[in-house]
Amino acid sequence: MKTILKSTLALLSVLVAFTSCDNASKSNNSGALSSSAAEKVYVAPGEHDEFYAFISGGFSGQLSVYGLPSGRLFKVIPVFSQDAEKAYGYNEETKPMLNTSHGFVPWDDAHHPDISQTNGVVDGRWVFINGNNTPRIAKIDLSTFETTEIIEVPNSAGNHSSSFVTENSEYVVAGTRFSVPIPQKDMPIKDYKGNFKGSLSFISIDPEHGHMDIKFQLIMPGFDYDLSHPGRGKSHGWFFFTTYNTEEASTLMEVNASQNDKDFIAAVNWKKIEEYVNNGGGTMMPTNYAHNVYDEATHSATSTMKKEVRVVNPLDVPGAVYFLPTPKSPHGCDVDPTGEYIVGNGKLSANLTVHSFTKMLAAIENNKVAGDAYGIPILNFEDVLAGVVEQPGLGPLHTEFDGKGNAYTTFFISSEVVKWKLGTWEVVDRQPCYYSVGHLMIPGGNSQKPWGKYVVAMNKITKDRYLPTGPEVTQSAQLYDISGEKMELLLDFPTIGEPHYAAGCPADLIKPRSKKLFKLEDNKHPYATLIEADAKVVRDGKTVHVYMTTIRSHFAPDNIEGVKVGDKVYFHVTNLEQDYDVPHGVSMIGANTSELLIMPGQTETFLWEPKQVGVWPFYCTDFCSALHQEMQGYVRVSPANANTPLKWSLGEDIE
Amino acid sequence: MKRSNIIMLIAALLPLGLFFFPLWKITLEAPQYPTPLGMYIHINDFSDVHPHDIKNINLMNHYVGMKYIPEAIPEFKIFPIGIIITTVIGLLIAYKGNYKWFLFWFILMIVLSSAGLYDFYLWEHDYGHDLDPKAIMKFTNPDGSVMGFQPPLFGSKDILNFRAHSYPRLGAFFLGLGIATSFVAYLFGKKQNKIPS
Ligand SMILES: [Cu+2]
Repeated sequence: MKTILKSTLALLSVLVAFTSCDNASKSNNSGALSSSAAEKVYVAPGEHDEFYAFISGGFSGQLSVYGLPSGRLFKVIPVFSQDAEKAYGYNEETKPMLNTSHGFVPWDDAHHPDISQTNGVVDGRWVFINGNNTPRIAKIDLSTFETTEIIEVPNSAGNHSSSFVTENSEYVVAGTRFSVPIPQKDMPIKDYKGNFKGSLSFISIDPEHGHMDIKFQLIMPGFDYDLSHPGRGKSHGWFFFTTYNTEEASTLMEVNASQNDKDFIAAVNWKKIEEYVNNGGGTMMPTNYAHNVYDEATHSATSTMKKEVRVVNPLDVPGAVYFLPTPKSPHGCDVDPTGEYIVGNGKLSANLTVHSFTKMLAAIENNKVAGDAYGIPILNFEDVLAGVVEQPGLGPLHTEFDGKGNAYTTFFISSEVVKWKLGTWEVVDRQPCYYSVGHLMIPGGNSQKPWGKYVVAMNKITKDRYLPTGPEVTQSAQLYDISGEKMELLLDFPTIGEPHYAAGCPADLIKPRSKKLFKLEDNKHPYATLIEADAKVVRDGKTVHVYMTTIRSHFAPDNIEGVKVGDKVYFHVTNLEQDYDVPHGVSMIGANTSELLIMPGQTETFLWEPKQVGVWPFYCTDFCSALHQEMQGYVRVSPANANTPLKWSLGEDIE
Repeated sequence: MKRSNIIMLIAALLPLGLFFFPLWKITLEAPQYPTPLGMYIHINDFSDVHPHDIKNINLMNHYVGMKYIPEAIPEFKIFPIGIIITTVIGLLIAYKGNYKWFLFWFILMIVLSSAGLYDFYLWEHDYGHDLDPKAIMKFTNPDGSVMGFQPPLFGSKDILNFRAHSYPRLGAFFLGLGIATSFVAYLFGKKQNKIPS
């Protein structure tokens, strides 16, 4: 076995070496060093970038916001991971966001952001992103750039073929990468074949508020569902999922899951299933999963455990699911803007396989079925094939489209982006990536209307491209100009975590709706203090609630006495500012959480459990004004059995 | 009705525009405020140019010991009554018809407006000079006297990091136009009176 592995690796290295040489000669005359490249990415001080790029933070569990073409980082939005900078997952308000059926899970592996769409065009209202590890889908509201909803996906594992949105944001999907026993149970792993199942979840999106709800789960054969894309235009109403491990192996997958010459793209007619479900189809199955919603009025999240989910057996809805044979362990599954072409990137195939939606419908119409897998019809490869891009590179992964009839595919092994023409299948251009590119992104490249000016390649390895930072060096993105016939490398920029996938859109879609502050009069937080005069400290047994306000440049109250060792002290802090970009922070010595960073008009809470007698300071953590350094206060902590009266003050005259 | 009386009627009505449009606007510009802070002064109210501007002006001003801009000042009761009374007088004059009274109204309005402006100046002076002795920051003029932070009555002026602009708005133009129109009515009346009937 080891020999096979070694020789495979050796073969790949040889191939890499060959293509690298090829690339090196080309990169010398690339545009990276020419002055025109610098001009094209230069955004002068005070000016704004043309596009927002939302780049996933991969294993950091976050989503980062960059400007294009400058590559400047604006913000890291905490999604699945605690973030001390913003107190996300630390303060009482956002802790419920990270609740799951496995308890509090303050981390995940964030993979594929996708922006909501209206009529097949990116609308800039919400970004959805999947947590891969403990299956979840999150919604980020682009008026506040905050995570406002997370739904856990039951019966799922390795939530990878997610979170792609249909063309009117009817659904966001969550497809399981790992098949598992459904429902989970204690059973031998070797009995995988025929017993494990894969679930494809269709999560409806409320058109007004974006609220998510699992409408149904399709319980599929036990393959690995890798990536997916909605049909669009003519294929709207269908969803396509790549599969691998149609062998249903459960050990040494790199070998055992690579035996079949062809795996499948599963074509799912979700409209048909939706209709079936709307007529009462499917069965409710007991389960347990968390649905966490952040309310902008209370500035607080609530977590609800849901107890059942509707499951659908595909065999109960004839004509809803077909398998399209696709060589060989296909990874990316990408649909072109017209909805006609479905590109299946066979990782281990030398060629790129493109299926035709029209041909697929014709094959179904004429009932040209080659066989079945667990009762799901398999169509003939030749009947659905639109064309093949012959030997475009090594290790094709993902494809995006520029809306002008061109497709751009990343090749992981040969580390390049290849431009080719839809319909003629001819390669037009290729550009090297530094190095080992995964996904790529064209703003709107995932919709009917791409803004095909730039492509961003997201690379896994940088080696010598930046200053070294020890064994762990940055991962990075590369920006190419694709406005001409030939691509031109413009910029490298480092990214947080793993830049797994990205979504982008013109800044003008989001900028005008970006919130500047929260109105105090709309603050419905149960512990809000809307005027300084209402600041107070209330004891309830061993729990103390501090109703605190902040404004430049003081806390009210700033002297608190009567707190005792062993108390639970909740600081509910309201920022009374009503000015753009004036947050205040607060932190308490010895607090086991993080600081709070409170936006104007917002209330946030942290818990402090004093363990030592003394007089302990707190202070503002965000440099808010000329007198920021004076923005401080004290809490006096007495012994547990003391009878120091509860007392608080601000600006009391000192004799 | 004579033409001069009709003009006087219009003159008497024009100042009522003060009830619909702001009288004055004070704007404060600073680098940290790409959208400047501003307040409108109406005949009976202060108001924000952008939401929360007055609150933010107060927050800025407390550093040098300035008081909060009050919710209301006594003038907000007196001025509207004054305008209503002078309008009624103007209408009576227009009805009664002697052009010499038009001149009287014109002069009355000039005097009252000047008094109003002077009052406004006094209020601004007090607001800009009556500082909290415990002010966080104290500034002195080159001659050693305590610096005042009075916005200009009319025009633009640098105050520390801010540039303050103070200019009349549409309400003031209605008032001015009314006053000027009464003078025109007077001239017309005079001319018509000279033509023997
Ligand atoms: Cu502060």
